[in-house]
Amino acid sequence: MARHVIAPVDELPPGSRKFLEIDGRPIAIFNVKGEFFGLLNRCPHQGAALCEGPLIGLASSSDPGEIEYTKLGEILRCPWHGWEFDIRTGQSYCDPRRFRVRAYPVNVEPGTNLVKGPYVAETIKVAVESDYVVVEL
Amino acid sequence: MTSPIAGGVDCDLHPAVPHLTSLLPYMSDYWRDQVTTRGMTDLVSQSYPTNSPISARPDWRPAQGKPGSSLADLQRQALDPFGTAYGICNPLYGVQMVFSEDMANAFCRALNDWLVKEWLDKDDRLRGSIVIPAQSIEKAVAEIERCAADKRFVQVLMLVMGDMPLGKRHYWPIYAAAERLGLPIGIHAGSAYHNPPTSVGWGSYHIEDYVAQAQAFQTQLTSLIVEGVFARHPNLKMVMLESGFTWLPPFLWRLHKFWRGVRMETPWVDRAPLEIVRSNIRFSLQPVDAPPEGDTLNRLFDHMQSDELILFSTDYPHWQFDGDEVLPNGLSTDLVRKIMIDNPHATYPRLTVKETTP
Amino acid sequence: MNVQLRDRPQAAASTGIKTAIADCDIHPARATNDELHPFLAKRWHAHLETFGVHPYQGMMGGPPYPKAQPNASRRDAYPPEGGPQGSSLSFMQKQLLDPNNVALGVLNPLNTGQGIRNQDLAAAICSAINDWQIEKWTSKDSRLKGSVVVANEDGVSAAAEIRRRAGDKNFVQVLLLSRNVEPLGQRRYWPIYEAAQEAGLPVGVHAFGFGGNPITASGWPSYYIEEMVGHSQCQQSALASLVLEGVFARFPKLKMVMVEAGFGWAPSLAWRLDKVFSKLHAEVPHLKRKPSEYIRDHIWWTTQPMEDPESRDHLFQVIEWIGWDKLLFATDYPHWDYDEPSRVLPAGVSDANRQAFYLDNAKQLYGIG
Repeated sequence: MARHVIAPVDELPPGSRKFLEIDGRPIAIFNVKGEFFGLLNRCPHQGAALCEGPLIGLASSSDPGEIEYTKLGEILRCPWHGWEFDIRTGQSYCDPRRFRVRAYPVNVEPGTNLVKGPYVAETIKVAVESDYVVVEL
Repeated sequence: MTSPIAGGVDCDLHPAVPHLTSLLPYMSDYWRDQVTTRGMTDLVSQSYPTNSPISARPDWRPAQGKPGSSLADLQRQALDPFGTAYGICNPLYGVQMVFSEDMANAFCRALNDWLVKEWLDKDDRLRGSIVIPAQSIEKAVAEIERCAADKRFVQVLMLVMGDMPLGKRHYWPIYAAAERLGLPIGIHAGSAYHNPPTSVGWGSYHIEDYVAQAQAFQTQLTSLIVEGVFARHPNLKMVMLESGFTWLPPFLWRLHKFWRGVRMETPWVDRAPLEIVRSNIRFSLQPVDAPPEGDTLNRLFDHMQSDELILFSTDYPHWQFDGDEVLPNGLSTDLVRKIMIDNPHATYPRLTVKETTP
Repeated sequence: MNVQLRDRPQAAASTGIKTAIADCDIHPARATNDELHPFLAKRWHAHLETFGVHPYQGMMGGPPYPKAQPNASRRDAYPPEGGPQGSSLSFMQKQLLDPNNVALGVLNPLNTGQGIRNQDLAAAICSAINDWQIEKWTSKDSRLKGSVVVANEDGVSAAAEIRRRAGDKNFVQVLLLSRNVEPLGQRRYWPIYEAAQEAGLPVGVHAFGFGGNPITASGWPSYYIEEMVGHSQCQQSALASLVLEGVFARFPKLKMVMVEAGFGWAPSLAWRLDKVFSKLHAEVPHLKRKPSEYIRDHIWWTTQPMEDPESRDHLFQVIEWIGWDKLLFATDYPHWDYDEPSRVLPAGVSDANRQAFYLDNAKQLYGIG
C-alpha cells in the first residue's frame, strides 16, 4: 500500500472535493465539515462518476409522512440513477438484491431502520499529516 | 386440465341485485320514497353490461333476469361442482357510481343488509364483503363497524377505479378500521366512472374498459405501496380481485428500479416492493391472462417468486373459463392446495369463525 | 509523481462495448429558448414571452411532479460551455456518441409543441423544432437522425408537417407522446398514421406528455415515482387503444415504436387482449386478427429503462415472448435513468441476438444502411 500526498489541507476547505487519478484509478477526496473522506469515483451499479453527485442527508421514516433527516452532507447521491451511498462506509441504501453472489462487506450502522443492500462503493483511507492530505492506496 | 380439490375457498363470487327496487325493503322511508318518487334507474355499471359475454358464461346465463341473481344457480353452478367450502360474495351493484355520499351510504347499507338476508342467511358456505360509500370516510368507517359485528363479513370491498388513488392518506381510516377488525380490503375490477377509465382518457369500447382494469390495478398497487399504507398498517391484507396477475412481475421490476433511485421521496418504503407484496397483497386466480400452455404459466409463477399470492376464484358468473377448467393447466398438487385452501385461509382470518349475528 | 489533479473528471469512459451500437432514444435540448427563434415566425416570439406555451397542466414552467435530478438529467451531463444537459453537440459526441461507438442515434425532442393547447402555436413550435434538429444536430453529425414532431392534437396540421418532411433523410420517424387528450387509437390521430405510413416513417410513441387526463384511472397520485411507474400503464392503455380501434387493420404498413415505457408488460397485455377479444370480438368487428398478432407485427420496443429482474432468466423469457427482433437499444441520454450500454444486457445472449438488440434491429427498422 503506497502513500500519496494529495494536497495541502488549506486547498481542500470544508465543503470541497477534489478529483484525481492514482495509478489510473479515479478517486475523489471530500472534506465534509473538517473530516476527510475518499471514494473510488465509480458507482458500483452502472459505473457512473459517482463522486460528481450531490452530498445530501439520509431520509428515513418510522411513520408515513414523518421524515427524519440525518447524516446531513454525508450521503452521496449518484449523478445518474440517484442511488445513495454513505460517504463514511460506502454503504448503499435500498435493497438491490441483485448480484448477491458478490460478497461485499456490509457494516451495520445503528440508528437506522433502512434495509441495506450489498452494494458498497469503494472507500479509500485519507489522513492528514503535517497539514497535507494523504491517501493510502 | 388441473383438477380442483374439495374444501376450497372461492374468493370471488358475484351475487346480483335483481333491481334497485330489490333493495327498497332495506332502505329508510326517505330513501325508499326518493327512489320511487324520482324514478331512479337500476344501478348497472358499464364495467359489466348485463348482456356482455364477459358478464356471464353462456351456460351460466339464466333464461330470465340478471346472471348471478339466483341462489340456486350459484349453488348448482359455482359452489357444488368445485366442492367449495366457503364462497366470498362480492356484490358489484353500482352503488359507487353515485356522487352523493348520503345516497351512496343509504344504498351501501341496503346492499349489505340485502346480502345478509338473501344470501348469507340461506347458505352456510357463503361469506360477504362489506360494500362502502367511499365518498365519505366517516360513513364508510361507520358502515364497516356496523357490518363487522356479523362475523360472516370477511372483507371490505372497494373498486379499483374511484375518485382518488387508494393509497392516499384520505382513505387510511378505512384501512385502520379494517385492520383492527381482521378484515382484508378487497379491491375489485370496476370503475365508479368518476375519472376516465384509462390514464390516457376515454376509449371507445367496452373491451377497452375491461382491458384497462389491469392497468388500474397496477397504478393502485403503486399508490398503496409508496404512500406507506403497509408501513402504517403492517397487518392489513389487500386482495386484488379479478385483476389478472401476470402483469405483476414486470410491474414490480419497474417499481423496484425507480424506488432505488427516488427512495428519498418516500422513505417510509423501507422494504423492496416485492417484499411488501409478499406480506400484504394477494390476487384472485381468475382471470388468468396467459396462454393455455402450462409451461408458460409455470414460468410466470416462477417470475412471481412466491406460491402464496394467488387465491382460488371462479369469478362466477363472469365468463373466464369453460367447463370445469377453473384451474389452469400444469399446476402442481401442492400449488393447487395452496391456491384453493391454504392461501385463502391465511388471508381471511374470519373465514372459520362460526358465530353469526349476535 | 503519479497523482494528477484536475478540476473535474473526464466523461466516464465506456467500459465494455466497442462494437457499433444504435441509441434509439437521445434527447437533444436547447441551450436557450432563443435557439428556436430563427425557425419561428416573429409573432410567436412575443406570444411565448407574454403567454408561455399554455400546456395541459398548471405549471407555467417545469413539471408538477418534480424530477429526480435537475432537468430529469444526469448531473455529469452539463456541457462545459454551459446550458442544460443535452444541449451541446460536441459534449454529446464526447460523452455519449464517441466512447460508445454509436453508429445511429435517434433524436427524440421532448420539450416541443406537443401537449400544448393552442394548436397554431403547437404547429409552429413543432415545425421549428424539426428545422432546429437539422440545423443544430443532424446536418452536423451524420450519425444522428431526427424525429418529426407534430402538433399531436391537430391531425390535419400534423399530417401536413409529416408530408413536408417525407423523404428528408434527416428524419427516421414521427414522434408522438403517450399521453394525449384522447387515447392514441382515436380517429383524431388517424391522419398522423396515414401520413406516416405514406412517408414510410415509423411512429415512435415516447412515454410522457400532457393531455389533461389524470395519470391514473382513479385521479392524480402524490409522488413522482407514481408518475414514473405510471407511464408504463399509460403506454399499455395507449397501445390497447391503437389495437382495438383498428389502427393496424386500417394502416397495415404502419410501424410503431414504444419508447421508454418498458417492454416487460407486453406479453401480459397481449395475452389479456387476446383472452378478452375471444369473448368480445363482436364489439370490434374491424379487427381481422388477434390483438397479439397486430402487436407482434407492428410494434418495436426501445429498451431503456431496461427491465431489471433479479434473475436474468426471467428477462430472457420475457424477451423470447416478445421477440429478439423487436427490441431497440436506447440510453435515454442525457436523462438520469440513462442505461449504460456495456451494463444493460446480462451475459448469456447469443452473438446474433446481441447484434440484433444493439444495432441491427434499429438499422433495419429505420432503413439505415
